[in-house]
Amino acid sequence: MPAEAVDYRTMWADLGLDLEKHDMLLGVLGQAYETLFLSQKSRPKGMDYFNFVMSEVHGLRVKELRDAQAAGRKVLGAFCVFAPEEIVTAVDGILVGLCTGADFATEEVEKRIPRNTCALIKSAFGFTLGRVCPYIETVDMVVGENTCDGKKKAYETLGTILPNLYVMDLPQVKSANGRSLLRAEYERFLHAVEDLAGVKVTADRLRKGIRAVNAKRQALHRLARVRAADPAPISGLDALLVNQVAFYDDTARFTSSVNALCDELAARAARGEGVFAKGTPRILVSGCPMAVPNWKLPWIVEGAGAVIVGEESCVGERGARNLVKEDGADVGALLDNIVDRYLQVDCAVFTPNPDRLAHVKEMHTAYRADGVIHYCLHFCQPYLMESYPVAANLEAAGIPTLRIETDYGQEDGEQLRTRVEAFLERLR
Amino acid sequence: MRALGIDIGSRAIKLALLEDGRVLEERRVPTTFDPASQAADLMRGLRWDTIVATGYGRRLLVGPPGLRIITEIKACALGVAAALPAAKTILDIGGQDTKAIAVGDDGRVLRFEMNDRCAAGTGKFLEFMAAGLQVPVEEFGEFALEGRPGATISSMCTVFAETEAISLMAQGRKARDIALALHHSVVKRSLSMLARVGPEPPLAFCGGVALNACVRSLLQAEVGLPLLVPTRPEMMAARGAALAAAALRP
Ligand code: SF4
Ligand code: SF4
Repeated sequence: MPAEAVDYRTMWADLGLDLEKHDMLLGVLGQAYETLFLSQKSRPKGMDYFNFVMSEVHGLRVKELRDAQAAGRKVLGAFCVFAPEEIVTAVDGILVGLCTGADFATEEVEKRIPRNTCALIKSAFGFTLGRVCPYIETVDMVVGENTCDGKKKAYETLGTILPNLYVMDLPQVKSANGRSLLRAEYERFLHAVEDLAGVKVTADRLRKGIRAVNAKRQALHRLARVRAADPAPISGLDALLVNQVAFYDDTARFTSSVNALCDELAARAARGEGVFAKGTPRILVSGCPMAVPNWKLPWIVEGAGAVIVGEESCVGERGARNLVKEDGADVGALLDNIVDRYLQVDCAVFTPNPDRLAHVKEMHTAYRADGVIHYCLHFCQPYLMESYPVAANLEAAGIPTLRIETDYGQEDGEQLRTRVEAFLERLR
Repeated sequence: MRALGIDIGSRAIKLALLEDGRVLEERRVPTTFDPASQAADLMRGLRWDTIVATGYGRRLLVGPPGLRIITEIKACALGVAAALPAAKTILDIGGQDTKAIAVGDDGRVLRFEMNDRCAAGTGKFLEFMAAGLQVPVEEFGEFALEGRPGATISSMCTVFAETEAISLMAQGRKARDIALALHHSVVKRSLSMLARVGPEPPLAFCGGVALNACVRSLLQAEVGLPLLVPTRPEMMAARGAALAAAALRP
């Protein structure tokens, strides 16, 4: 990572990054990437592409976005899977996920929002206030979504720091009323994006957007399915990385890279080859999203001798699973399709939320998992609240479940390891 | 055949040596800041065929050939199952951790809960509070048993609990009453953890804190389940590790 990084210093300076702190961040990231990812055994060849993307995450990719902007395209950033990428793509814009997977500038953050806020929200503030995220500095618009109370209220404050923050309201109930709220908000977003880009959305444009994003999701679905093989042809860490990269890489390039990876994995599976021995305990991780570079739990789980075979998470299957119907004569009909698809996202902010439990069970069966680890960030009410009934339901259905609550700090590593190991002892 | 189990805990290192299932020797030393050499000292002079390490520092032991490791949760369940075969649920309060474990046949772990990173409600908490009240930790339980009920410490956090203790002192509360309240808070916390594993009787209480008479009696009074305490509650994980070692081929 650092070798190429040198070339981008002018760009980072232009973006107004704090170069010194940014160097520090890249140093830590590069180090972590090396120990966690590059040291893994029998990694698929197809991961080379993702290694490259990671090594250029603050370099080449940012340059591409800036070049696109220079060519007149708009770049938007989002914090949640409810920002409809199809609409952004329809105006030839680019949507990137903003990373919120590490603590940064914590002291500065805690001057503005309570200490007892989930790490994800704090991280968004940390990267903004610390001026170390080239994406936040690059994007023409940041999309905030009123999901949990923490985020909702945090956007009020973030809006005073980020002049280009656009906040989208979201339903909490999947009723007819909820649907019309989402429909209205997506329409408002569509117009906001049209205004930003100076492009009128037509049915053709929107359909193209839908197709591109569907293709990306289909590639991720394929990846999810090939992991059902035993031995698992790819580690959970690598698969998580692919799901994370999905949020900021170029859609078409990403899609073909994932498909190429899947070809390789399918061939591996056919040969009965894997990254761990056959019969290795298989874990499904369910819960809060794991944004880059939050790799702590998967690293502990796979270090303890299990393999993660699925992520019921927004950075994972919850975020990517359903497709948008591509038929529809006009923008209105296509927008309806988009709303239908997004309303199926079973985020814990919805009440009630029975689909999520059903989905966890479905994934448990489909990927032949032995147990579920329910992962929560401290102070994340929606997922923490759900963790009790979800765990109780799974246990009652005979699915061993471990509830984990943690944040981005490393101090609890040993305790987490003990829990995870004890859970694996239970499965063996 | 001789099987050695060693439990490298956060406060004490314990070992149990079994010969054909019989306890031959049990030893215990404080962990200190050099657990690896403390453990080596503790093992000096012993002979064994198989060895299993457990506890917080289970990875610190290097050298013994054939060494296996298991978690303290499994070790504790195995140890208790041997000592108190009737036990269905275990509460283990150690130096830094509290665990509630539902056990099945032969000490199989069915479910478990464990405290988060903070040491609230553990041996460390009691040690810290005993020091604050200037009572030797070994006598803290007896000391608290003489306290009058009525005072409450509601915070589970060590630092805040100390603040509460100080304000109770400022209100003229006796040290013994405060000690009792502190013990109460430990028990309260364990009860909520127990509730989450769905406790079934009888309940075994082990770990170093089970040596504390006050925690024992409060727990007995509040848990509403028959309570069993093994004779050496702090040795359960070491014995469980030794049992796991006994099951290995030398
Ligand atoms: S968990 Fe909910 S709020 Fe968070 S990214 Fe997913 S959909 Fe958005
Ligand atoms: S849903 Fe949970 S993890 Fe997501 S932003 Fe809200 S509190 Fe944080």
